Amino acid sequence: MLAAAGVRKQFGALAALGGVDLDVGPGDAIGIVGPNGAGKTTLLNVLAGTMAPSGGTVSFRGADVTRSSAARRARLGIARAHQVPRPFGAMTVFENCLVGATAGGGLRRRAAYARCLEVLELCGLIELADRRADSLGLLGRKRLELARALATDPVVLLLDEIGAGLTDAEAAELVAMLKALRGEQGLAVVWIEHIVHVLVQVVTRLVCMDAGRVISDGEPAAVMRDARVVDAYLGTAAA
Amino acid sequence: MNEPGTKIQRWTPVSSSFTSGFGLLIVALAFVPVVMGASIVQDLTTLLILVLMAVMWNALAGYGGLVSVGQQAYIGLGAYATVWFALQGVNPYWGMVLATVFCALVSVPLSFIVLRFRGAQFAIGTWVVAEAIGIYVSFDNQLGAGTGTSLSQLDSYASTTREHITYWLTLGMTAFFVLLVFALLRSRLGASLQAIRDDEEAAASVGVSVLGGKRILFILASAGCGAAGAMTVANILFIEPTSIFSVNYSAFMIFMVLVGGLGTFEGPIIGAIILYFIQKQFGNDGTWYLIGLGSSAIVFALLFPRGLWGMLEERTGLRFMPVGYRVKRSASPHEAGP
Repeated sequence: MLAAAGVRKQFGALAALGGVDLDVGPGDAIGIVGPNGAGKTTLLNVLAGTMAPSGGTVSFRGADVTRSSAARRARLGIARAHQVPRPFGAMTVFENCLVGATAGGGLRRRAAYARCLEVLELCGLIELADRRADSLGLLGRKRLELARALATDPVVLLLDEIGAGLTDAEAAELVAMLKALRGEQGLAVVWIEHIVHVLVQVVTRLVCMDAGRVISDGEPAAVMRDARVVDAYLGTAAA
Repeated sequence: MNEPGTKIQRWTPVSSSFTSGFGLLIVALAFVPVVMGASIVQDLTTLLILVLMAVMWNALAGYGGLVSVGQQAYIGLGAYATVWFALQGVNPYWGMVLATVFCALVSVPLSFIVLRFRGAQFAIGTWVVAEAIGIYVSFDNQLGAGTGTSLSQLDSYASTTREHITYWLTLGMTAFFVLLVFALLRSRLGASLQAIRDDEEAAASVGVSVLGGKRILFILASAGCGAAGAMTVANILFIEPTSIFSVNYSAFMIFMVLVGGLGTFEGPIIGAIILYFIQKQFGNDGTWYLIGLGSSAIVFALLFPRGLWGMLEERTGLRFMPVGYRVKRSASPHEAGP
């Protein structure tokens, strides 16, 4: 459904992505792991449209979207939550979601309001709906980042280390929320995360990257046992 | 999923009575020439032009994040286009309306150039465009070149009639543009425009077409400043390129919006009233007046970054002209805070 084919991204002499293929099917939950500098966030940027690839194509539901802007892709149904939350600070929590629902989801008035209330409820933010977004703490901002992305009524949700900086209890809440989401909405999720034990509670497929390439792709337990993964990722972590 | 009784509130009793009060104020202002003397009518014309400029600059910077130092381009163009239309035999008052439309049209191709820039580049870019237009005009002999020109066609009116028509037209233009901004901010696009102000990239990532939103604001502000320029020539009758294309206009706009409250709907109007009284009181003190204006703008930027209205809004939660949304959960025991 959302597919990257032979995607390359060059930063000067550095090949951040050296020909990556990734296929996301409807309702898939894919985790992406890999050591720092493996190209995970770059891949997410290329999928979301915030970065144009140096080569290769990105397609969504059969159409080539390689040259489409991030805004256009958001309207098509590709939503993205940033690693460092980027709320619209001077607007309320509700208004933040409303931007997603109207601009990204193409919803109007009552339908948009209903969608926002629904995602705020789901993300545990409904009590804070009228708060200015810049008055939220880190967990609140992360929830809002997710709620705003969900308000666009996405088909695929791209998550960039949304678990980072959270306590175990907070991470557990996040996992519960994502599970509920996937159950209810049949949403496909692509999730980059360093905290692997949190990740495997949600994902059904794991992709391991190293030095701009996919080195292993498959069922989580199998990928974790893969010798190349142990070398590239767990090997370094254990050192 | 959401409890019954959850409502989205846009009007509060305070804001709806204030907004209707605002409407009544416009109507009341229309009767000023009938009951008040000439000097008050002229003063109010000046004040209304300031309000229009402040509201337009705020639309650009406060909502689009577009900090322009070149809005004098449209003030000058609006004024000179009025003179040009009058030279072609158009009634000068109709010429002012046409000049406003002309400024909007000119800004469309210009937007493709300057909106490619961001931040400081945009500020400098708009200034360069303004200077270029000013220089171009100062070489046009038909428009009086560097020595300036006057809107002599207005001499055919008796001076009281002229002042009254100018006042009414200024009131109409200012009310039109202020209400247009209000309607725009309350529309479906309003939330997206505020999102662009807060974080462009994040706005794009949830589907906002950032460039489109900015272009709407840019054209709107160009038309509004064009109207302000047309009103200015009607009010002072004589213009010359260096003063009507002066960067001081942008400085005044920045002052009004910073002091009143950047990105608030009500703030710039307050800022305009403050600048008007300062100008009236100290306007003849030359350099010291400008030093005073500059330093108070700096003090406000440092100590009260949200301006007077922003502070008031924060302390009291009051919103007189509601462009936002409140979630009202009557079924819930927890009332969400302001």
